[in-house]
Amino acid sequence: MNEKRSRSFYLLAAFFTAYVLFLYGPMFAIYILSFQGPDGGLTFPMNGVSLVWFGKVFSGSGIVDIAAAFRRSLQLGLVVMVLTVVLSVSAGLAFRRSFRGATFLFYVAIASLIMPSIITSLGIALEFRLLDDFVIKSGATDWTTAMGLFTSGLGAHLTWTLPFGLLIMFAIFNRFDSRLEEAARDLGATPWQTFWHVVLPIILPSVVGIGLFGFTLSWDELARSSQTIGPVNTLPLDLQGLTTTVTKPDIYALGTLTSAVSFLVIFLALVVILVLQARQRRHGSDAGKGLV
Amino acid sequence: MMQGRKTFVAWLQAAPMMVVFSVFFLLPLLLVTIVSAWDYNEYEMIPAFSLRGYSDTFEGCIADLPNLCTILKTYLKTLKLCLLTWCLTLLIGFTVAYFLAFHVRSKTWQIVLTLLCTIPFWTSNVIRMIAWIPLLGRNGLVNRGLEGVGLIRQPLEWLLFSEFSVVLALVHLFTFFMVVPIFNSMIRIDKRLIEAAYDAGATGWQTLVNVVIPLAKPGIVIGSIFVITIVMGDFVTIGVMGGQQIASAGKIIETRLNALQFPAAAANAVILLGITILIISALTRIVDVRKEL
Repeated sequence: MNEKRSRSFYLLAAFFTAYVLFLYGPMFAIYILSFQGPDGGLTFPMNGVSLVWFGKVFSGSGIVDIAAAFRRSLQLGLVVMVLTVVLSVSAGLAFRRSFRGATFLFYVAIASLIMPSIITSLGIALEFRLLDDFVIKSGATDWTTAMGLFTSGLGAHLTWTLPFGLLIMFAIFNRFDSRLEEAARDLGATPWQTFWHVVLPIILPSVVGIGLFGFTLSWDELARSSQTIGPVNTLPLDLQGLTTTVTKPDIYALGTLTSAVSFLVIFLALVVILVLQARQRRHGSDAGKGLV
Repeated sequence: MMQGRKTFVAWLQAAPMMVVFSVFFLLPLLLVTIVSAWDYNEYEMIPAFSLRGYSDTFEGCIADLPNLCTILKTYLKTLKLCLLTWCLTLLIGFTVAYFLAFHVRSKTWQIVLTLLCTIPFWTSNVIRMIAWIPLLGRNGLVNRGLEGVGLIRQPLEWLLFSEFSVVLALVHLFTFFMVVPIFNSMIRIDKRLIEAAYDAGATGWQTLVNVVIPLAKPGIVIGSIFVITIVMGDFVTIGVMGGQQIASAGKIIETRLNALQFPAAAANAVILLGITILIISALTRIVDVRKEL
C-alpha cells in the first residue's frame, strides 16, 4: 500500500480540501457580508464595514421581533436539553438489561429519526387540533388551543433529539466496564449510590455531549417546528420567513448571530467535557478517601 | 424475584422515553392515517369516512392521460431531486470517508479532520442555505467572476432559485450524513484484508470494488436511508433554494396544511410515507442495519 500511496493520497487530499472549502466557503461569505456598511446589499463587494445590521436585528426595526424569538428558542432549547439528557440516560441504563419492549422501543426511536419531518410535524399538529376540537365540544367555550411552545413544540423537538441521545448512550455503554459497578456493589453501595458515585461520574463527559446535541438540534430545528409551535415563532422559523421578504443584510446578521450562539454553546460544552475528563484523570483513584 | 425486580426497574427507566414517543410520534402517525380517510370542507375536518383527500390529490390524473397530472409530476420531480442528491452525496461522502479512514494515519488527525467536517453541521440549515445567495445570485460572486474572465456576457439565471441550486444546497447540507456512517464502517475493516488483496496482486481499483465497498456496504445503506428520507420529505430547502417555485412532495403537504385541509395533507403524508417505507425496505434488504448499530 505504501509505495502506491503518494499519488492517490494527494489526489484524495485535494478532494478533501475542496470538500471542506465547499462546506465553509458560503458560510464565511455571509459572516463577512453581515458586517456590510449601511449602504451595502446582499452581495459582494463590501460597501464599507459596520455593525449597522446587527443593530437593526437587535432594535427590531424593520423585521420581526427577533429578541422574543431568540428568547423562545433559547428557553425551548434548554428544556429540550434537560429532558433529552434525563430521558436518554434513563433509557440507556434500561437497555443494559433486557426488558419487555426493548426491541420495539429501539425501532420506534430509529423510525422517529428517519421519519420525514413534515409527517411528524403534521401528525402532532393534527393531534392537538383534534384535542382542541374535543375540549371545545365538551363545553369549554373560552378554550383556544393546547398547542404551544412547551406542549406540541417540545414534543416535536423531542422526537428528533431523543433518538440521537439514545444512540449516544448505546455507544457509551458499549465500552463501559461493568466491573466498576460490581466493585461498588461488593462494597455495599445501593443501586442509587452506585449510579450517583460510580456510573455517572464516568459517563458524565458523554452526557454533557448528549445535552449539547439536544440543545443545538433544538436550536436549529425547523421542519418539525413548522406546524407544531403554535401562534409564535422560533428563531429558525423567523429566519426562514425572512428569506422570502428581506433584501438587506440584516438577515445575514441574524444568521451570524445564531451561528455564534451555536458555537458558544459547543465551546462551553467542550470546555466542560475537557475539565471533567481532566478531573477524572486526577481523581482516577478514590482509594483511601471513602465516599460518604 | 430479584431478576423480576431488575427487569421491572429497567422497564421503568425506559418508560418515560416510550411515553414521549407514544404521545408525540406513534399516536400522531396513527392519527395521520385515520384522518387521511376523513371528509373535509373549507373550514374543518369531518370525522366521516371519505377518500376525498386521496381523490382530490389525484384529481384529473386519469383524464389527463397520457400526460402526467400535477401530483405525479411533483412526485417524479421529488424523486429526481432525491436521486441526484443521493448520487452526489454518496460519491462525495464515500471519497471523503475513504480518505479519512485509509489515508489519514494518525488518530488525532482523523479526529481533527472529522471535527472540521462536523462544525458546519452545527449551523442552522437556513443559514447554510442563504449562504449560497451571495455566491449564486444575479450579481453574485460566480456570475461576477465568470463575467470578469470573459466567459459569459449575461449573468447566468439558472444558478439561483433553480433545480441546480436546490441540489447544490441539499448536497451541501447532507453529505455529512453519508460521511459518518460510511467512515464508521470503514474504520472497522481489518487493514490486513487490504494488505492481503495487494499481496494477492489486486490493483487499487480491484481492492476498492471487491474488498472495501462490500465491507462498507452497511454504512452506505445507513447513509443512503438518511439522505433519501430527508430529501423525500424536505420542503424547506426546496422551498428556499427553489425560490418557492419548485413543487415537492413535502411542499404539497405544507400547502395543504396552510390551507387547513388536514385530511388532504394527511392523505399526501400517507402516500409519502408509503414511498419512503418502500425505499427503506428495499435498502434494508441489502444489509441488516440493526447489526451495524
